Parts: sequence; C-alpha cells; structure tokens
Amino acid sequence: MSNAGQSVSLGAARNRQLRTRRFLALVRKETFQILRDPSSILIAFVLPLILLFLFGYGVSLDATRTRIGLVVESATPVTQDLAASFQGSRYFRVINGHDRREFEEDLIRGRIRGIVVIPANFAGDFASGNAAPIQVLVDGSDPNTANFVQNYAQGVVANWARMRSAEVGSRLPVIKPEQRFWFNPELASRNFLVPGSVAIVMALVGTLLTSLVVAREWERGTMEAMMATPVTAAELLAGKVLPYFVLGLISMTLCVLVAVFLFGVPFRGSLFALYTISAAFLLPALGQGLLISATTKNQFLASQLALMSGFLPAFLLSGFLFEIESMPVVIQWITMIVPARYVIPSLQTVFLAGDIWPLFLRNIAILLVMGTVLFVLAARSTRKRIG
Amino acid sequence: MMSSTRESGAAPYVTLSRVTKSFGASSPALDDVSGIIRGGEITGLIGPDGAGKTTLIRLMTGLLVPDEGSLSVLGFDSRSEAARIHDAIGYMPQRFGLYEDLSVQENLNLYADLRGLPLHERSGVFEELLRFTDLKNFTRRLAGKLSGGMKQKLGLACALLQKPRLLLLDEPGVGVDPISRRELWKMVENLTAEGVGVVWSTAYLDEAEACDRVLLLNQGKLLFSGPPSDLTERMGGRVFKVTGISGRRREFLAKVLDRPGVIDGVIQGDAVRLVMRSDAKGEPLLEGAGVEVAPTQPRFEDAFVDLLGGGPGGTSQLAEAVKALPAQDAAPVIEARGLTKRFGDFTAAQDITFSIPRGQIFGLLGPNGAGKSTTFKMLCGLLKPTAGQGRVAGFDLRRDTAEARNRLGYMAQKFSLYGDLTVGQNLEFFAGVYGLRGKGKSQRIALMNDIFDFGPHAKMSAKDLPLGLKQRLALACAVMHEPEVLFLDEPTSGVDPISRREFWTHINGLVEKGVTVLVTTHFMEEAEYCDRISLIYRGQSIALGSPDELKVRVASAENPDPTMEDAFIALVEQSQAEAVAA
Repeated sequence: MSNAGQSVSLGAARNRQLRTRRFLALVRKETFQILRDPSSILIAFVLPLILLFLFGYGVSLDATRTRIGLVVESATPVTQDLAASFQGSRYFRVINGHDRREFEEDLIRGRIRGIVVIPANFAGDFASGNAAPIQVLVDGSDPNTANFVQNYAQGVVANWARMRSAEVGSRLPVIKPEQRFWFNPELASRNFLVPGSVAIVMALVGTLLTSLVVAREWERGTMEAMMATPVTAAELLAGKVLPYFVLGLISMTLCVLVAVFLFGVPFRGSLFALYTISAAFLLPALGQGLLISATTKNQFLASQLALMSGFLPAFLLSGFLFEIESMPVVIQWITMIVPARYVIPSLQTVFLAGDIWPLFLRNIAILLVMGTVLFVLAARSTRKRIG
Repeated sequence: MMSSTRESGAAPYVTLSRVTKSFGASSPALDDVSGIIRGGEITGLIGPDGAGKTTLIRLMTGLLVPDEGSLSVLGFDSRSEAARIHDAIGYMPQRFGLYEDLSVQENLNLYADLRGLPLHERSGVFEELLRFTDLKNFTRRLAGKLSGGMKQKLGLACALLQKPRLLLLDEPGVGVDPISRRELWKMVENLTAEGVGVVWSTAYLDEAEACDRVLLLNQGKLLFSGPPSDLTERMGGRVFKVTGISGRRREFLAKVLDRPGVIDGVIQGDAVRLVMRSDAKGEPLLEGAGVEVAPTQPRFEDAFVDLLGGGPGGTSQLAEAVKALPAQDAAPVIEARGLTKRFGDFTAAQDITFSIPRGQIFGLLGPNGAGKSTTFKMLCGLLKPTAGQGRVAGFDLRRDTAEARNRLGYMAQKFSLYGDLTVGQNLEFFAGVYGLRGKGKSQRIALMNDIFDFGPHAKMSAKDLPLGLKQRLALACAVMHEPEVLFLDEPTSGVDPISRREFWTHINGLVEKGVTVLVTTHFMEEAEYCDRISLIYRGQSIALGSPDELKVRVASAENPDPTMEDAFIALVEQSQAEAVAA
C-alpha cells in the first residue's frame, strides 16, 4: 500500500514538475515574442506615451486665453478701468473696439469666442449704485466655450467691482461667493486626466494587445500545433496572462514616471496602493482580452471588439472625460460593468489625495469579481478544440 | 521512393469507424469514412483540395470531434481521451505551426518543454534531429527566415522531439522544392522502420504511389483504401503512350478523346498518354492513324480518373466559339529579355529571357518562391523590372496599358474572383472591366453560362463554390473578351483531376485556334502539357527547352526514362555544381 501511495505521489510530483516546465516555457516564448515584435512594443510603450502627451499637453478641459472682442461704447475712466481688467485677465485675449458690429462677423466666423459690451450708460449706472449690467454675446453652438466666456466675464466684472469699492471705500456691499477647490487647487485638468489615462493605457495593453496576440496565434496556425501537444488549456491561458500582466504594470510604471516627473502631476498616495489598484484592474482587462480572442480567433475582429468593448467604454463611460452623474440613468447603469469606472477614481485619488483605503478596497473587490467572471468565461471558451 | 508493403497482424494505430463531419449546412466535409492506419507504414491521405484531408487529420488529433462515428487513435477514443492522444502523437499542421519570431533552437526548446522531454536527454535528441534535418548550422536563425523546405524540416523536428508513435503530416510537400520534398520523404521513411505510423496528406497524386497504403478521398467520400499498387494494377493493359504523331498533337488528343473507348488522355511532352475503357482495346482503335502505340506503366492518377468515371471529352465548346486567329508572321507574341527584379538585396528574378511564338504554351516551372510569379507580374506590367524588358503582343505593358491589356486574359493564383459576388455578378463585372457592353456583352455571358454550365450555381457566391467550379468561373472571366494571349498563374493547383482535364481541354482548344499561353506551375506533370518550359530555381532560369528535351538531357544508364521531377532535380544539381565550379 505504502509503495503504491509513494509511486502515486511521485507521479504527481513529476506531473507538477512537467506542468511547471510547460508553463515557464510558454512564458519564456511569450517574452521573446514581445521583445522581438515591434507592434507589441508600439502598443505597450509608444501608444501610451502618445496618449499621455495628448492628455498632458494637447487636451485640456481648461480654456485659457480665449479670444474675445471688447466693446467700450463710451470711454470714461470707469469703463477704461474695467476694460483694463479684462485685458489683464489671464483667461482672455482681448481685441478692442467701439461698436459690437465690428465683431459680429468675427464671432460668426469663430475668430473670437464672444463679445463683451460695456454699455454707454455703464459708468453712470455704476456711479449711482444701480445694477450696472454688461452684455456678453456668445456663440451658443459651442455651449462649453459659451458658458466659459460668460462665467469668466462675470467673474472679471465682479472682481473689478470688489477691488474698485475697496479702493474708493465704497458703500457697495462686498458679498462674493468664494470657491475653493481641494486637491487640485489650480483646477488643472491635466492633474486628473493624466492619472485617468494611466488606466486607459492599461486597458490598451491588457485588452487590445492580449486579444491581438492570441488571435494571431490562431491565424498563423501556431495555436493548432500547440494544441496537439500535452499542454492544457489552463496552461495556455496562464502562459499568456503572466507576461502581459507584467507588461501592463511596466507600461503603467512608465506612464506614472512621465506623469510625475514630466507633467508635474502630484503623487500623494503610496506606491503599494498604486500597484495594488493597477494589478486589480489588469485582471478584468486581461480576462476581457482573452475572452475576445478565444471567441473571434481573428486579429481584425479581435481588435475591433477590443476597441469597442474595452477601449471606448474606458474612455467614455468611466468618468474619465464625462461625469457619470450627468449621464442619462440608463447609461449610468451601463457604466456599472465598465471596469475602468472603478479604477479611474482610485487612481485619481492615489495621485491627488493619497491613500484612502475604504474607497480602494471597495473598488478592488469589484474589479476582482469582474476579473474572475471574465477569466472563467475565457477558460470555458478556450478549449483544446478547433471547430 | 517505393517501399514494400508490410502486412502485419498487429492492431491498427488508427481505426476510423463510419466517421462523418459537417461544417455548416453545406455537404459534409467527411461522409461516412471508415479505414485503418497501421504502424510502421506511410499512409497517404490523398485527394484534391477540399476532399476532407485536413478535417480527417484534425479528427485524428482530437482537436475536432466527429458528428457521427468514432475514431480510435493508438487505442484511445478521440472524443473522450484527446489528452492521452496528445501525449503520443506528433502533428505538423498544414500552415507552418512554429513561431517565426523564435529561432530554430528556441522553437526546439519550447516544444521540448511542452512535450516534457527530460533535460538529460535533450542535447542528444537535439543533436540527432538537427543532423537528421540538416539544420545544424541554422540553430540561431529565426524560423521566419528559413526557406520553405527548411521550415518543413524544422516542423518535422519539433513533431519528432518526443518520439511519437503516430506522426500526422498535413500536406508537408506544399511550398517545398522537389529536392527538399524528397529529403523529407526519406526522413519519414526512416521513421517507419522504427515502427512509427505516419500519415502524409497530399494533393499530389505522384506522392500517392510511394505510400504503403492510401486513403483516397474526393468531396468527403472515401473512394479507395489499400495499397496504391492494388489500384494501379487494375489499370494494367489499359494505358498507352502514343508517339510519332504527325501534325498537331493537341488536335490528335482532342479527336481521340471523343472516341468512346478512350476515358482519359493527356499531352505528355511530344507524346500523348491515353487510358482506355476496361472493355476497349488500344491498338485496334488507333489503327491506320499512322502512329506508334505502346503500352505504358499505369499511374495512380489514371486509376483516380477511372474511379471518378473517366475524364471529359476532347472537344472544347469554348474553343469552338472562338474565331481562329490568323497564322501571322513568326514574330514572338510574348518576349522576355533579361528581366530582372530585385527587392532590396534580394534578387527575386535574374536575367530571365525567353520568347513564345503564336499558338504555343510556355511554362514557367519551379517551386514556390522561385521567382515565377515575379517574372509573370513583370510581363503583365504589374511590377516594374529592375532591368530588362518584356513585350506582349507587340506592346510594352508598362506603357501601352489599356489597349494591350484588352488583348490578354489573366487568371491568377487562387482564382482572383470576388468572393461576395455571385457567379453571375462576377461574369458581369469582368465583362464590364474588359469593355464588353450591350448586346455583345449579354451574348458572351450567355455563352459562358452555356459552356461552363453555371446555370444551377448562378445565384451562389463565388466563395462558396467548390474549387473546381471556382476554377471554371475564373477561366470564364479571363477569356470572355476573346484574348489572344492568356496568362495562367498556378491555374490548377489543388483541383481534382477531372476539373484539371476539363481546364486543359479548353486551353488546348484555344491554343489550336492560335491563342498563346504563358503558364506558371509548381506541378511537375502539368509542365508536360507545355510546348516549352523554363525551369526557374532561386530566381534564375536554369534550363529551357521542350519537356522531352529536358528529360533526355538528364537521362542516364540507371534512369533511362526520367520523370519531369527527376529532370528538375538533376538540372538543379547540375546548375549548383556549375555555380560552385565558377
């Protein structure tokens, strides 16, 4: 009996050893391929950097120095003073004029974003303590910019009025709402876009790259040759997951370094939290990539599906660019199944606020559940079968 | 290449019991196939493309499961014990299944790990396999940079790492030059001596003759199983070679094929090869024709055609509908002068020179990647030569495009039809492209429908047609505008022999009417249908002449009647020896 037991356990040990060797062989092979394939380097390192630079430099949700036309209908010391405030504002680049008609054409053509009119009776109204209105004409077809011009123009006027009354010791009530933004005092959109784009990059590597490489194996026939060996479906999956998991973390690290040292995005949390969150996010991302490639087996379809189901939702439905709270309720429900939705707030928090574990743990738990579901689905559809 | 048949009483390695497999709604890929595969033998899985060879091999690997019936592989059921099968077989898929971005050694290492080859045995096994496959000097080369033949050898080496009991090879001879193909065959033959069972699938019927046993498949049905000689012996006394034909041999073939006693016939160099019906006698039939008729060795292909009920008649309706071109002056219709094409530092074609007079078939013969298609494309004006000149029907196709192209028809490798268009739409489209319109157009399309019998398939998408029909459609599209020059790029690779006969009947008929044909092929037998051929090897033309001339050139005491493949190999060796001497 004991002899039989021993040989069984020896056999089991031998099996384990073979399994480990097969797994390591697959990992080694995948690593060689990543290092030699320009397209994986492109997707894992070049594309992320381009994205990051785009969000760091190119895309900004803050409008600075918007061109406006400023019409001063009658030149008095008061109106000149207000005009000077506009000219001094860091939000506007001002072109002066005396009649709004001078600017109408420019506004229609989009050469300027708005017209601010200081009416002829402004000085009189202001001096008398009445409400002294100014007129702001904006292009309603671009509501974002229109809002911006309107709000900032009002801000300039309010500021000016406050300064003015302080100077002259006026009786005008100085009541102003004072806004303070925590964590991102300059409200630089870069500071929350860049951490968010780190998540986008991981979605890119995890979902797009992974689905491409597995589909490529089907297309080239290497998968078929490998399936006829003793390797198991689980080993095949694991052999893909580990290298791309590491690759995802490496390209995340690269992005964080660029974010902190080049863009000066603050990093207030811990590295441990950063890597834990990222690792948790890579699981559903990789699972999705494997599931896509196991079901399509075709690079073109896989890339389309990966972009549609992975990249775009991470972009649009994750709170990265658009507030989830301001989406229609149905869309808000859909965002619940977008993994990026749970990682982007966590990453933004790690960068801008610090380690807030209750938030992290909740999100990590959700990501792990999603990852598990996707992996089970992927494993089920990766059979050692061709048809 | 012939090896003896061993009748062993041992249990077969593979037993197929009434195996049926369908994909989608179309007719089954395999229909009720039963048979056995023995150890220590090479079993040929023979049949044209689409016959079901790959499906059958995949079923044996357990990667596909049958809809009906069962397979027992090395004693394991393919449905429930696929993992056990994977432990014991070596499999080389049709497409090169190795990693092109890994080196030879890295591929070997990977498969050694996957197959669980113990570490202490590795150096010995690697050493032996590298010697066996002659890849010893290339271990650091990336697999993607190997030639076609070397890739197949590496694939074989990886399949042999943990000596399999059953070796499954799916079309190992495709894309490989004849020399490597013979080497590959010898390697596999050596394995059978050690008791390994080998399955070698192929569409080349000459490979079938060398197998110990064959399973002959056509359209998913098993036509024959057993030693190939059993099949060819049935043809004994029915195959004749006709020589001394005065006048035009294609015309002779066409007439003779229309006789009821003749079931098959092909041009073979200057001679004609005929297969008679079992109840007909050869010589009396041809008495008085002033020709010599001698019995000749039957081939596997003869038997295959016989099994399929014989080839088509000799009359081409297509050719009959064509006006004879005036027999003009002797000026060549197609001319290549020093055509050279380099891609970077790679010379795809070097100094290719030949000329083709009106009404002849000229063949460019060589393995895949030798430079045939490059030469072809330069003549058609699709590629700009690095040096040299090509003229077709008096035009330089790089300059005088539109008018010149209307005088030639082009049928490309893999039949460049629009797969998503129906048969009728393809005909319409190509008629339009060649400038046919109005009444002329509808007449020609009606004629093509009539000749090629597209009626029942008119509404089918081209991509869903069986291969033989695709080929017919491609031919119809290429000749609709009555071109005087035809370019055919691998026109019959992989199609069944009946479709190939039909195709050549049309081509022969057109040639009799004065059409000039340039054909590329890697198919040695097809070269014999040509008036003259140029052997292309590694970008160079190593020999030029009529098929008979080339064969005579290499005839020797030990091989007085060489085949085209023998001639090709001998001429390649000669040119290599000359290159070394120079």
